[in-house]
Amino acid sequence: MISKFIDHALHWTLVVCVAITVITTLVVVIILGKESYLFFQEVPVFDFLFGTRWEPLLEPKSFGVLPLVVGTMKIVFGSISIALPVGLMIAIYMSEFTSDNVRSIVKPFLEILVGIPTVVYGYFALTFVTPMLRKLFPEMNIFNAASAAIVVAIMIFPMVTSLCDDAFRALPRSLREGAFALGATRYEVAIQIIMPAAASRIGAAVVLALSRAIGETMAVTLAAGATPELSLTFLESIQTMTAYIVQVSLGDIQAGGVEYMTCYAVGLLLFLMTLVMNILGNHFQLKSRVSQ
Amino acid sequence: MINRRIRSLKNRTFVWVCRGVTAAMISVLFILLYHVGQEGIGWLDKQFLDSFPSRFPEKAGIKSALWGSVWLIGMTATFSIPLGVATAVYLEEYAPRKIWVRAIEINIGNLAGMPSILYGLLGLAIFVRFMGLEDSLWSGSLTLSLLALPVIVIASQGALRAVPREIREGAYALGARRWQVVFGHVLPCALPGIMTGVILALSRSMGETAPLIMIGALSYVAFLPETPSDPFTALPVQIFNWAARPQANFHGLAAAGILVLLALLLTLNASAVFIREKLQRYKP
Repeated sequence: MISKFIDHALHWTLVVCVAITVITTLVVVIILGKESYLFFQEVPVFDFLFGTRWEPLLEPKSFGVLPLVVGTMKIVFGSISIALPVGLMIAIYMSEFTSDNVRSIVKPFLEILVGIPTVVYGYFALTFVTPMLRKLFPEMNIFNAASAAIVVAIMIFPMVTSLCDDAFRALPRSLREGAFALGATRYEVAIQIIMPAAASRIGAAVVLALSRAIGETMAVTLAAGATPELSLTFLESIQTMTAYIVQVSLGDIQAGGVEYMTCYAVGLLLFLMTLVMNILGNHFQLKSRVSQ
Repeated sequence: MINRRIRSLKNRTFVWVCRGVTAAMISVLFILLYHVGQEGIGWLDKQFLDSFPSRFPEKAGIKSALWGSVWLIGMTATFSIPLGVATAVYLEEYAPRKIWVRAIEINIGNLAGMPSILYGLLGLAIFVRFMGLEDSLWSGSLTLSLLALPVIVIASQGALRAVPREIREGAYALGARRWQVVFGHVLPCALPGIMTGVILALSRSMGETAPLIMIGALSYVAFLPETPSDPFTALPVQIFNWAARPQANFHGLAAAGILVLLALLLTLNASAVFIREKLQRYKP
């Protein structure tokens, strides 16, 4: 009897614990939604999304979020254009060209790179990468998008490698052996057989890495600067969406003030962008795993 | 014949390029560690570990940040481990295979991928303002707990899934109730895996900076926290503060702080590896 009671009591205790994860999500949506709603009472949505000047703290105020989005996109595309080829090549190398010994050496190093806190990468960008780059481009600003994009690439390529490696290893041996029997070299098998077969999971890896790069905060705050400019060069100081939120919170925020609400409007945009990418990435990942 | 030679040459070139890229990316880690070590080692002494932050680099130290981080990680562990493991136990051992359970799992996956700064906005609105906890250790550790929770759940689910069916069925066959099966047999088997995941999640939240800045962790705290209601600073916040200053001396301090932080994280991760290797009773 007591045993049965414990069984029921425990069951419901566990349900309460599970509910906390659901409540967290709901609260995030409610808070971002509520503060953004108040913000959009004062600033039209169209001006926010398509305005080209972001000056929320100084008069005359202007709330066009495009400069922040462009700043974020520079980091995102700059970093993925390094992280994708590098991450993919290491994954191909580990799964198609070497023994498991090499993987057991390389993987721990990648795990260490993932485990290093982002503020450390920010410090590294500011005090090592930027001075190096400035030897090549003397006109470069101390705070610049290039240096931040490089360290973000170092942060996200292990994720690309590990997801792609899993994808390649899940492919059946017969696929490779068929091609070898026809006289293909390992390079041809890797490029013409393995990569196309794992294409959707490579895509998923890229989307998940992009989402990580969008949300990256400390490295870009330290290395990329705080000037929201609408430009295309990588040598100048920029500001990302995340770095703006940090900049505002470093000052004294008045609750209910317009600065406080801009944080949540930018946060909502950030939330929606990463949510869509995570859902897409996880979906493709699972779908192709099932079909294999 | 020539065609064949070109193809084999392509193959060999590609292997060497791959080797080069792999070696280069691993060497990035060593360059980073060497750079930080070279900049910071001169500042790392007993005085640095035993002083409060200061305007003068020679007198500055990380005492309050170090203890703040220890408090934070202890409180975060207290909140997030029971919650995370309980959630994983429910999802793996109790929940029916229904669509809403699948939805909860997808939701946890998305929470794990949510940028940490959004947890900071959440903590600022709920813990700091709504619950009135101000910039106390409560706010900081509750925010970090929410951040660590999905990671702990996912890792624990994996560990529970790896427990062989026979263990559950053997216990049921002897007439055990579900809670007896789960707590007497399944959890002990999964414990090493769960502990590894938990330690990795905690070490990740120990390095988090952005959420703590959002909830207003101060970088100038010249006292040690004595109760959970005290304001605090943490190692990553202090490192950020020093790194953001233009003077080279403060960059040296930041590097010394990074060395301390990395040493702590290395100890945590090494213990995770140790637990995984030594305590694993059932090797899948």
